[in-house]
Amino acid sequence: MALQDAPMTTPQASSPQAYLQGLSRWRTIEIIFWLATLLPFWLFPNYLSLASQIAVAALFALSLDLILGYAGVVSLGHAAFFGVGAYTAGLFAKFVWGEVFTGLIVATIMAALVGYAASFIVARFRHLTLIMITLGMGLLLHEAANSAGWLTGGSDGLQGIEVWKVAGLFKFDLYGTTAYGYSLAVLFVVFLFTRRLINSPFGLALRGIRENFVRMPAIGADSRAHIRKVYTISAAMAGIAGAVIAQTTETVSLEALSFERSADVLVMLVLGGAGRLYGGLVGAAIFLVARDQFSGIAPQFWYFWIGVLLVVVVMLLPNGILGGLSKITARWSRK
Amino acid sequence: MLPPVIGVLFDGIAYGMLLFLLSVGLSVTLGLMNFVNLAHCAFAMIGGYVTVVLMKDFGWNFFATLPVAFFAAALTSIIIERILYRRLYGASDLDQVLLTIGLAFISVSVAAWFFGTTQQPIEMPSYMRGSFVVMGLNIAVYRLFLVAVGIVVTILLIMTVEHTRFGAQVRAAVDNQRMARGLGIDVDRTFAITFALGSGLAGLGGALAIEIVGLDPQFAFTYLVYVLIIVSVGGLGSIGGSFAAACLIGISDIAGKYYVPQLGAFLIYLVMVAVLMWRPAGLFGRR
Repeated sequence: MALQDAPMTTPQASSPQAYLQGLSRWRTIEIIFWLATLLPFWLFPNYLSLASQIAVAALFALSLDLILGYAGVVSLGHAAFFGVGAYTAGLFAKFVWGEVFTGLIVATIMAALVGYAASFIVARFRHLTLIMITLGMGLLLHEAANSAGWLTGGSDGLQGIEVWKVAGLFKFDLYGTTAYGYSLAVLFVVFLFTRRLINSPFGLALRGIRENFVRMPAIGADSRAHIRKVYTISAAMAGIAGAVIAQTTETVSLEALSFERSADVLVMLVLGGAGRLYGGLVGAAIFLVARDQFSGIAPQFWYFWIGVLLVVVVMLLPNGILGGLSKITARWSRK
Repeated sequence: MLPPVIGVLFDGIAYGMLLFLLSVGLSVTLGLMNFVNLAHCAFAMIGGYVTVVLMKDFGWNFFATLPVAFFAAALTSIIIERILYRRLYGASDLDQVLLTIGLAFISVSVAAWFFGTTQQPIEMPSYMRGSFVVMGLNIAVYRLFLVAVGIVVTILLIMTVEHTRFGAQVRAAVDNQRMARGLGIDVDRTFAITFALGSGLAGLGGALAIEIVGLDPQFAFTYLVYVLIIVSVGGLGSIGGSFAAACLIGISDIAGKYYVPQLGAFLIYLVMVAVLMWRPAGLFGRR
C-alpha cells in the first residue's frame, strides 16, 4: 500500500490509550505550520484571494483524506459534495438571507444528508466498481445541476448572491482580507475536529479497514458501518469547503461539481501525501501556487505539468512530498 | 409525427459499435491484469490524429489510414506499457488511476499543442457520405459501414479468443493468472500483446469516430467516461459483455438525446449507476 502513516513518534506505547494520546500530542512543527498560515496577511497582501482559495482547497483535500487516506475509499466524484455545499450556501444567501454562519451550517447539513444517502451505496462496493460508482454519481449530479437551470443558473452559474458582513463586522472586500481570515478560521476549526477524529479509536478502526477490510468485522468493528459514518463526515466537510467558496466569491459555477475539481483535489492530496493529515494542506498550497505562477506563462498547458507531476509522484514519490520528507528526516536523524 | 423508433435504434447500434471498438481493449486488459488504464482513450485519440494528419497533409484515402491508425496506437501503447505500466501491476488501484490520469492529461495537452483545440474535420470519400432509404427508413452509408466493422471485429475477436492457441492462453490468464504461469504460459508477453491489440482497436475506433463525433484534444476524457461505463456495465474481460453493454449505452444515449434532450447525458449515467448497483460485477461479469 502506498498509503502509510507518519512514523510513530511514541516510543513503545504500552496501552492503546497511551498510543492514541501520543499521536494526539501537538508537535512544534505543527504549531509553526499554523502560525505560518497567518503570514500572508503581512507578507503577501496582494495574494490574499489566492490564499483564501488555498485554504478552501486544503479543506476539501482534508475531507478527501479522511475517506481516501484513512479509510482507503477511493473517490473520483468527491466534487459532488463540494458542489452541493456551494449551491446550498449560494441559494441560501440568495433566497433566505446572507448571514454566513447559518449559511455554512445549512450547507453542511445538506451535504451531510446527501453524503449519508450516498454512503449506503459507497459502503457496498470496493475497487473498480467503487471508483466507477463515485465517478458516475459525480457526473449525475453535474448533469442534474446543468439541467436544473431555473434553480442553479445552469452553465451561466448562480448569480446575485449577496453575503452579509461576517459577524456584522468584516465585509468581504476586493483584496480578500476577510475572505482569507474567514476561510482560514473555518479550515482550522475543521482541522481540529479531523485531528481529534483520526486520533480516536474510531480513527484507528478506519486505518484498520484501509489495511484489511475483511478482518475488521472479525475484531468487532463493522467495516461498512464505519465507512458510512466517515463518508458522511467527509461529505459534510466537503460541503463546508464548497459553502466557503460560494460565500467568499459570491458566485457558484457548474465547475464546482465538475470532474476536474474531483481530479484536482485528488492530485493535491496525493502530491502532499495521503493519510498524513497535513498532506492535503501542503498539496493544495503547492498545487494552487504553481497553477497561479504557470497560468501566467501558458495557461492551456497547465494540465500537461499536472500530468507529468502525477507520473513522477506515482513512480518516484509513492507517499507524496510529506512521505518523501519524513523518509529523508528519518534517515538523517538515524545518522 | 411518430418518432422513428427503428431509426433511433439503428443510429444507437451504430454508435454502440463505435463505443464497442473504443472499449473492448480496456475490458480485456482490465480483466487480464486488473490494471485500471484511464489513458485508454488517449490511445484512441492517437489513432484519430494519425488519420487526420495522413488525410490532410498527405492526401491518403480514408481507408488506407485505418491500418496505420491501428498500428500507431498499438505501437505507442506497447512502448508505454513496457516503460511505465508494467511497474505498477501489483500496485493499488489508486496509484494506477493516478498514473494513467496523468498520462491522459499529458495527451490532451500534447494534442492541443500540435493540433490546436479546435475540431478536426475530415473529408470522407463521396460514396461514404450519402444515405439511402429502405422501407421508409433513412440509413446513412457510413453508419451502416460502422455496424459492419463492429460485427466483423466482434466475430474476429471471439474467433481469436475461442479458437486459437493465443486465445486459450489469454482466457487461462484471465481465469487464473498464477495457475497459467505455473503451466508455463508467458503471461507478461500475453498481456503485452493483448494490451497492444486492445489499444490498436481503440486507435481504429478513434479514427472511425471522427466522422460521427469529431475529434478534439478533450476526446481522451469525453469518451473515457463512456468507455468506463461500458466496461463496468459489461463486466471485466468479457467481449460479449462489452458488445451488449456498448449497444445498450449507445441506444440509451441516442434515444435519450432524441426523446428527452433536456436530460442530456443524465440517462447513461443513470443506466450505469443502476446496473452497477444491481450487479456490481457488471451484466456479464463473473467476479
